Amino acid sequence: MSSVKVTDLTKDYLIRDGLRRRRMRAVNKVSFELTPGRTVALVGESGSGKSTIAKLLTRLERPTSGTIDVLTDDGARVAGSAYRREVQMVFQDPFASLNPFHSVAHHIARPLRLHKRTQDAASTRSEVLAMLERVNLTPAEEMAERRPHELSGGQRQRVAIARALAPGAQVLIADEPVSMLDVSIRLGVLNLLGRLQRESRLAVLYITHDLATARHFSDDILVLHHGRVVERGPADAVILDPHHDYTKLLALSAPDPNRLGGVVRSTAPDRDAIDDSVCYDHHLGDWVPSGTQEVAA
Amino acid sequence: MTTSTPTDPPRPTGASVADSTLIAQESPAAPTAITGPGGPIAGPPPTPPPTPAAVPPAQPRRRGWRSLLPTMTPWLALGLTLVGLITLFGLIGPFLVGDPDTIRDIGLAGPTGENILGTTQTGQDVFSQLAFATRGSLQIGLIVGVLATVLSAFFGIYGAYLGGFADEAFSLLSNVFLVIPGLPLVIVISGFVPPESRGLWTIALVLALTSWAASARVLRAQTLSVRQRDYVSASQLSGERPWRVIVVEILPNLLPVLASQFVYAVIAAILGEAGLSFLGLGASNSSTLGTMLFYAQNGFALPLGAWWWFVPPGLIIALFGMGLSLINFSIDEIIDPRLKNARNARRLARTRKES
Repeated sequence: MSSVKVTDLTKDYLIRDGLRRRRMRAVNKVSFELTPGRTVALVGESGSGKSTIAKLLTRLERPTSGTIDVLTDDGARVAGSAYRREVQMVFQDPFASLNPFHSVAHHIARPLRLHKRTQDAASTRSEVLAMLERVNLTPAEEMAERRPHELSGGQRQRVAIARALAPGAQVLIADEPVSMLDVSIRLGVLNLLGRLQRESRLAVLYITHDLATARHFSDDILVLHHGRVVERGPADAVILDPHHDYTKLLALSAPDPNRLGGVVRSTAPDRDAIDDSVCYDHHLGDWVPSGTQEVAA
Repeated sequence: MTTSTPTDPPRPTGASVADSTLIAQESPAAPTAITGPGGPIAGPPPTPPPTPAAVPPAQPRRRGWRSLLPTMTPWLALGLTLVGLITLFGLIGPFLVGDPDTIRDIGLAGPTGENILGTTQTGQDVFSQLAFATRGSLQIGLIVGVLATVLSAFFGIYGAYLGGFADEAFSLLSNVFLVIPGLPLVIVISGFVPPESRGLWTIALVLALTSWAASARVLRAQTLSVRQRDYVSASQLSGERPWRVIVVEILPNLLPVLASQFVYAVIAAILGEAGLSFLGLGASNSSTLGTMLFYAQNGFALPLGAWWWFVPPGLIIALFGMGLSLINFSIDEIIDPRLKNARNARRLARTRKES
């Protein structure tokens, strides 16, 4: 078991604009915690900084300031190559996240060998097959020899999940894991993630722009706008009782069969008047300046 | 690049029996004579089915390494045959012919039974010279091809993968080498190095140094695109070392580009060396197709009408270049599948017109 503590995470990108350079703040003082067995959903529109947070957590990018601490049960910080073992990621696009040149077995065997989960070829093979069966890819023997182009999107995403879990990851970042999949198989993949989470008590960060699956799948929700957290709290509270204008706008923009006539413009919050500087915290039941850390309830 | 794979479907241009059987399996209206009960294929020649090849046979899926092999087409077969025959001639020929330097008193004799390609001004056998010269040219081509490919792969792929300062430095270097005019530089260097130390390797090194830059730029662009893909991030995420990410995850996706550049480098090297040797700046005491042309020129082969002296080496250079180019076109189809689709569409249109 391990948990993640993110404090005041900030990421700036340098943008070259002709000769001038300016800074673009993608993530602005975001703080949250991931604990074993719980799912935190990160909700926001494109460009709100969701994927940047995923890249920072997986150490594909370095934060400009702020800290990310992965702590084991006895409170020790995880560092170095152990970090790669603990924190793994499922990418958004299953058609881009598997190397077209390699077999399914290769994708799962490499992390196993890298993190010394298995010692020899035979045990690697049996562990690969066990991983495939864990993500419901059967017959495993046949699936292991296939190449990515011979699999459907849902099957590919299952391979990607198996690859992420292969090193023995305790923290899973799921960056819009179902947004590229057919609607009919989304639930299957989400339920698989849920089952794996219960089985190994994973800490999951679920990144999405879909409020419905966020409510279905997660315990807590953080709403992100322009790199700042503007609303946070238990999933049901955030969805059913949104306080921040941006959250209300998000909720209204989801299609609702009871509202087929479209949103009544006068009741929708004004997009340009959204105030990023405050954050509604459902745990506290009050507004706080965004960027201040959540106080443990 | 080898020839056809077992999974290759029969082509319309291939053996006609294989074609008919394939179509017969697809169309129920085909005559039963081919697969009759107990009846072997022998017997009446298979009659063409009513709608001959209206639909080109579906390509079976190719896996892994096989998917890197080009599709067998008549042009590729021609290219492979030309290159194969000339290579074989260069490899085996020198052991079968006599000494190319033996001087006899039958100067400038046309082709006869004894000297099948005639003799030079000093009575040397042109055919023996041709065998040794082909070997020399192939040696140069292979050495330069390997060297230039390795250099371009290192500067192109490694620089693009590292990014940042290393990438800037490597692309500056390849840009500088790109604008250096190749042949004049080669001429200057070859003229500068004294003939006695101007060996095969010196010439090969000079040719390789002036020819890797363009390929490096192409490889850099490709690597920059592949490096962005999620599967590269995923393998970095699982803790793969950089060299493994490059060699195992990125390089296989660049293999067709590398192969095509290797082939091109071989052509360029053979032509470049021939040009240098023709100017008398080639490797000393080596025998290549270029030196043959040089001596033919010096011996007034053209004014004297001794076509058997200068046509064979010129023809071998031309045919080898053509063969390699044909192979390269087929490799291009792997890099850009739209070319293959265009070819299939042309074939479809042709068969429609015929039927």
